[in-house]
Amino acid sequence: MAEANIKEGKEPLCESGSHYQAAFRYMLLARIFEERTASLYRAGKVVGGVFMGKGQEAFSVGLALALDQSRGDVYGPLIRDQAGRLAFGEALIDAARTYLGSVEGPMRARDGNVHRGDILKGMIPMISHLGSHISVVSGRLIGKRFRGQKDIVGGVCLGDGATSTGAFHEALNQAAIEKLPLVIAVADNQFAYSTPSERQFACADLVDRAIGYGIEGHSVDGTDLSLCLETFAKATARARAGHGPQLVVGHLLRLCGHGEHDDAAYISEEKKQGAFGRDCIEVARQHLIDSGWSTSDEIEQWTSEIQQQVEEATLCAQRESGPDPFQETWQALATTRLAEGLIEGSPGQ
Amino acid sequence: MSITYLEAIQAAQDRALGEDDSVYIYGQDVGSFGGAFKATKNLAAKYPGRVIDAPISEDAMVGSAVGATAEGMRPVLEMQFADFSTIAINQICNQAATQFWRTGIPCPITVRLPSGGTEGGGPFHSQSMEAIYAQYPGLIVLTPATVEDAYSMLLEAIAIDDPVVFCEHKYLYYHLKADQLPDQNLPVGKARIARAGKHATVVTYSAMVHEALRAADELAEEGWDIEIVDLRSVKPIDTDTILASVARTGRLLCVSEAFPWGGVNAEVISRVTSEGFHLLDAPPKRLNAKDTPIPFHPDLWKTHRPASQSIAASLRDLLRY
Repeated sequence: MAEANIKEGKEPLCESGSHYQAAFRYMLLARIFEERTASLYRAGKVVGGVFMGKGQEAFSVGLALALDQSRGDVYGPLIRDQAGRLAFGEALIDAARTYLGSVEGPMRARDGNVHRGDILKGMIPMISHLGSHISVVSGRLIGKRFRGQKDIVGGVCLGDGATSTGAFHEALNQAAIEKLPLVIAVADNQFAYSTPSERQFACADLVDRAIGYGIEGHSVDGTDLSLCLETFAKATARARAGHGPQLVVGHLLRLCGHGEHDDAAYISEEKKQGAFGRDCIEVARQHLIDSGWSTSDEIEQWTSEIQQQVEEATLCAQRESGPDPFQETWQALATTRLAEGLIEGSPGQ
Repeated sequence: MSITYLEAIQAAQDRALGEDDSVYIYGQDVGSFGGAFKATKNLAAKYPGRVIDAPISEDAMVGSAVGATAEGMRPVLEMQFADFSTIAINQICNQAATQFWRTGIPCPITVRLPSGGTEGGGPFHSQSMEAIYAQYPGLIVLTPATVEDAYSMLLEAIAIDDPVVFCEHKYLYYHLKADQLPDQNLPVGKARIARAGKHATVVTYSAMVHEALRAADELAEEGWDIEIVDLRSVKPIDTDTILASVARTGRLLCVSEAFPWGGVNAEVISRVTSEGFHLLDAPPKRLNAKDTPIPFHPDLWKTHRPASQSIAASLRDLLRY
């Protein structure tokens, strides 16, 4: 395909200060929220795990801001997409509630941390099996096509590790066959848990896979917010215009462990000092100042506002009730007359 | 007129497509070819764009169906053989089955599994997967044994707001015939007394119902009156009907074509012994396929799975106790 492997230029073609500012504030909100959540985890207030998107915020927000929830776009985030979730429309309190086990959260404490979403609002609640949510997003696009809804785009996020799954292959091939308006964002952060890219795949750049699927591919420096915004704007516009699935590979480095339980001692200093080891938030902050769109005082002001917002959300979620096993329905079926759950052995009996 | 089990499945899908715009069919070769077994014969032409060929990607088939339900669709998926649904187990058991409980949003997909053994099917085209799916919370698992049930239960499966694994038996596709399709039938979740009796109960389902009926005929000549319970649905299981039957007979044999470890037979016996131990005059027995992969050669296959002769032999043991 002629358009395959569109390598992005170094210079952004177009951007506006306000758009960039908005993106940056989502990144900052995500970073500060995740740092707060991590500290609550270390204090024993968050059970299960905390999975941060540190270093991936620019790439994550790039896709989400190119989508429009109000027109019916669909979004399938993964574990490192706090920034994208917020940009797509997730309320911060829902993230806090899910991490902190509040029954008021969207998952009602039945599921936790990053396993949350809002199906009715177009945000897929991921399961842990990597790659399996791609075809779910595709299915929503197929459903919308049946319903006659046009000009809709689905965006789905994953990391380099998920590209090794059968689910990824099946879903990309299926989306290509159906020519779905699907943007697949692969954050190649160089590690899947502790496994480095060279033990994960053998192609030079994951974007090369686009050719094999007969879809368009884009490769971008995932540490550069300008390039991420521009690339996703272009990819999303092409998907919306009927050019089929778009594979966008972002090159970056995970600036944290797999989860907060992991000190990531396996990430070498060389990688950290490498081209993609820079912190996208620092890069964006500098760009805001250099381009005259914001001042460091203004950014300081945002930071303290966001810290306040995060504090309020986490305190609110902590004050709310956790789940009561004796109030739980223990029913996995929507069809109550067919539910068998309340047989011996269930708690509460 | 006479209609086969397979034709009933085609007719149910025809009716569902005709009555509900949100129904669509997705599976390998289901389009103009009409499916490997012709269960979707003529439907692609009759409902353009709604009977869709899928790539050989069972995982993506089910994943996309889950997504489509969020847009109000009611997908019906055909696995070419039940055996291949293992590729989709993650999407069925972890994606579809958990959705309602996690989110409160129902996931009305129907996954059709052409199940069970036929002569020459071999290890990978013969399996009975119902116990695996029944093990997972959030799924309904149906195992119709008659033409009428194949029709009415498939229609009901499509209408149910939960993911349904519909285990239709390939051996019954062509052999089983009925005069007409039913207007009314027992609802999903209710077992059926396929034959009334008083000396022993056989609890079974799917193709084994017919083997058990033949065994009961054989025993009738010896003076034994065997009751046969056709479960129809293995999840939920109609424990009340089973217990009522055991109360009448005092003896229980469970028969399933699936592998022996765990499974539907074990579940039925567990429920009867814990809830109806006092009803039993003899230890309950079970008869399954052997604990090996399913053999290719018809002579081996006939011995591998329960059949009327082995069921009759088990019943004689049970009645002698």
